Amino acid sequence: MKRCYINGIGNVSVQNSLDNSNFFDGFTELETNVILVHKPNYKEYIKPNLIRRMATGVKMGVVASTVALKEAGVALPEAIITGTGMGCLIDSKNFLKKMIDNEEQYLTPTSFIQSTHNTVGGQIALGLACKSYNVTYVHSATSFESSLFDSLLMLEDDVHNILVGGVDEISDYTVNLYKLIAHVKNEETLSEGILNSKSKGAVFGEGAQFFVLDSQKTKNAYAELVDLKMYNRLDVAEVPEKLINFLDQNDLKLDDIDIVILGINGDVDYDTYYSNLQDSIFKNTQQLYYKHLSGEYNTASAFGFWTACQILKEQKIPEIMKLNEHKDSPTKNILLYNQYRGEYHSFTLLNRC
Amino acid sequence: MKRGVAITGMGIISSIGNTVEETYESLIQKKPGISRIENIETIHKDNIKVGEVKTTNDELIDILGLPETNSYSRTAMLSEIAAKQAVRNANIKNINDYRTGFISATSVGGMDKTEKYNFTGFDKAENRKYIESRACSDSTTKIASTLGITDFVTTISTACSSSANAIMLGARMIKSGKLDRVIVGGADCLSKFTINGFNALMILSDTDCKPFDENRNGLNLGEAAAYLVLESDEIIKKENKKVIAYVSGYANANDAFHQTASSDNGEGATLAMKKALEVANLRPDEIGYVNAHGTATPNNDSSESKALQRVFGKSIPNMSSTKAYTGHTLAAAAAIEAVFSVLALQYNKIFPNLNFETPITGTNIVPTVDVLDKDLNHVLSNSFGFGGNCSTLIFSKSQL
Repeated sequence: MKRCYINGIGNVSVQNSLDNSNFFDGFTELETNVILVHKPNYKEYIKPNLIRRMATGVKMGVVASTVALKEAGVALPEAIITGTGMGCLIDSKNFLKKMIDNEEQYLTPTSFIQSTHNTVGGQIALGLACKSYNVTYVHSATSFESSLFDSLLMLEDDVHNILVGGVDEISDYTVNLYKLIAHVKNEETLSEGILNSKSKGAVFGEGAQFFVLDSQKTKNAYAELVDLKMYNRLDVAEVPEKLINFLDQNDLKLDDIDIVILGINGDVDYDTYYSNLQDSIFKNTQQLYYKHLSGEYNTASAFGFWTACQILKEQKIPEIMKLNEHKDSPTKNILLYNQYRGEYHSFTLLNRC
Repeated sequence: MKRGVAITGMGIISSIGNTVEETYESLIQKKPGISRIENIETIHKDNIKVGEVKTTNDELIDILGLPETNSYSRTAMLSEIAAKQAVRNANIKNINDYRTGFISATSVGGMDKTEKYNFTGFDKAENRKYIESRACSDSTTKIASTLGITDFVTTISTACSSSANAIMLGARMIKSGKLDRVIVGGADCLSKFTINGFNALMILSDTDCKPFDENRNGLNLGEAAAYLVLESDEIIKKENKKVIAYVSGYANANDAFHQTASSDNGEGATLAMKKALEVANLRPDEIGYVNAHGTATPNNDSSESKALQRVFGKSIPNMSSTKAYTGHTLAAAAAIEAVFSVLALQYNKIFPNLNFETPITGTNIVPTVDVLDKDLNHVLSNSFGFGGNCSTLIFSKSQL
């Protein structure tokens, strides 16, 4: 089996995360139920005449992928694989609204063109003049993991320097709909953080995280992606067993996991998936969380993946991510576990390289 | 290692039939499913023609036996009908006796419900169950749940080439041993959103579309769903299963030319076809029939013609676009055309390119215009989409 090294990373998020080194002391906890992206200086990355027409998701994706490729020293990837739960939902909404308001008349196609879910992957390919394999996965909270999974298969076929990432944008309109069904928290401020929240729904954000994967590691490599497993639906009680099976298949025991990174998002109805593990099989493991920094979005797990890359490379853990305190020891294996509303579960295993 | 991945079942619903059998009859009777739109109220109804499944939502609910509280979009209903047929056709008794996955493709997902209730309808609590149907994963997860599939499940969206990539991923997963069995395909329903989007792009025909004709003036939109069941050689051997055909080649390339238009020289399409032939280890002259993307837009058909000439030179095999039968069914197109390709192999028939009269000046390619009997071993099928996505699949009668 081919190895999978992460040779470059790029992160556009609600934090000032574009400079990868900002991670260890520059991040702050979200205080509101919804937070928008910390806008990079787009002009440094995208021609001004293109910026105006690009959707937020496209801009975030182009910037994050540019940073990741630069770090990996790759000009032209051999595959571009994108995960997005909702695609460019602002353009989608805009076209729909104009269509309804104008009773199907006087419509221009720009928003419609951008509304297709593969716009980000297509625009990145266009910008790089990259004619290679290009796919977009749109499977809610496992969109990014589906993309990683495909990348692992690609590496087996001797494809190199795969650009893979997740991107999702948010709009007021969608947030308001999600509030109606309590997917987004209805209270606007979170004085005591997401861990102490007793309400339904998550805190929401947006962002784009891209990575360059290859079977050869560069001297700047962050970590190795060892394996991942997705389940479309699991009960709380089923998770520990599935997780142990997953580790078993990788010849690992619970004790071998130095850090577990959990997708806790403050939803009182579904964070039990995590607390059940915290109180049982991972009781004696260093536990971390990240959605109080990134907000929830369908590809927020890519933000979690990005934190794991940083921790493995620098062998440092930001205090702000800690859920418990364990003695400092070298971090070799990190396991990420994420789910969304009881569905779209993923286990992702990373290794120090 | 053997190259082909076995296909053991298929299911389909489109404007030319609600089953595989009905579909085949329509194809050989030259009966298109293009008509005026009935199920959607749109101001364009007299200016466009569509490949509409005439079965209404209420009838689909009945067929599927869904409860009144269901939150199925039309895409999800079409998808479930075709996926269930495929599973039945593959004679699967217990879906979880092998590691079984589900990979579905869609471009608009539950847009029919979103456009109906967005902006006003969600004020009413009873409509809010449809808020989540906009997500492309919604129909996939519903069908996976109905079928009882708990292993690998995902959704792909690469516009009009989506389900080709679903079939491709499924074949790769079987080959790599990640799954023993996988149900692959896609679904898209007609919606006002897509009608108005394509109308704004000015690529909808006001009459029956004419793929590869000099005087073509745009596409007919359609709706459909289709799925294939792919199974590993181990299952075939162990269960002594009948194999309908094999997925022997596949490739995905990007045109990297324009967000919506195809390059003049068909670069992405050429790359996809060449790579698929390489994967199947076939020479171009071994392909007996090409089921073209052939949307009947001026841009696609001229670009695809150039690509066909670049790949096949002067001896282009029998080729046709079946879009004049079904309309362009977007994310479902590659899946329904995969079913047509398999039917072509099974019955040794080439299905005609309807409405063709005059070859395109410059390329002069003449598609097959009548049902043709021909011994077929390998069929190549193209699907291209916005975002420069170009995918090619090759189906073969026997395992290479």
